[in-house]
Amino acid sequence: MHLILPLLLSAVLFALGVYGVLARRNAVAVLMAVELMLNAGNLNFVAFSAAYRDLTGQLFALFVVVIAAAEVGVGLAIVLLIFRNRDSIAVDTLRALADRDPPEAAGDTG
Amino acid sequence: MTTKDVVFGALGLLACCSGVLVVTARNVIHAALWLVVTLGALAACYLLLTADFVAWVQVLIYAGAIVVLLLFAAMLTRAPVGPGQDLDSGNRPAAALVAGGVGVTLVTLLVQAFRSAYVDLDRVAGTGAGRPIGDALFRSYVLPFEIASVLLLAALVGAIVLTRPEIGRR
Repeated sequence: MHLILPLLLSAVLFALGVYGVLARRNAVAVLMAVELMLNAGNLNFVAFSAAYRDLTGQLFALFVVVIAAAEVGVGLAIVLLIFRNRDSIAVDTLRALADRDPPEAAGDTG
Repeated sequence: MTTKDVVFGALGLLACCSGVLVVTARNVIHAALWLVVTLGALAACYLLLTADFVAWVQVLIYAGAIVVLLLFAAMLTRAPVGPGQDLDSGNRPAAALVAGGVGVTLVTLLVQAFRSAYVDLDRVAGTGAGRPIGDALFRSYVLPFEIASVLLLAALVGAIVLTRPEIGRR
């Protein structure tokens, strides 16, 4: 099999994940897009593992699955906490940490 | 072009199409179900690349556990499932631009670097089965394995502490 096939597939999946992370406003949907990106990396690990006849790539893919499980568990707990506090998980409305002008300066600029 | 090339191409097309639906579906539940299709197609790709164990781990952990977790979170946060509510934020054109740039850059780079690389799958057949993986995991990689288990435990405890309001109030 040509090595370029899995590599192209993983590149496309990674780009889709980037689009999803940037374009979605629901935090759960953002996490789904992150899963797409992690899977793109996993596909690269497995493809190169087969290409170089080295099992290390597959072991790294397994560790990536473990990390993804931990990430999604803690991430969803944080999402639930945000929902409990704010009643919304739209990431474009969570601007409490944004770099805003102080109120008097904001009045000057309108 | 061998049969494996054609099958991999078809599975890749399936994964890409359902991946597009994951990031564009209007409904969180539909997006999660399309994610199952994508992950299943990728598991079949791993099987073709002779990574049997990784493929079944993918089916069990990803398509099983992680998607169920995402569905639970969608239910608990009362995700918008009606037709009128928008799942996408206003920066969709910018996101498409950035993602297109990333995709074009990666594809150009990979085509330049690996245009003629070939994988002889018959020579690696059987190396991704349970026994070789277990041998490598418990000989060379036993310390990372233990660290991963401690990490999972810490993530579990952290998730419980975060979501139980009565812990930490005292």
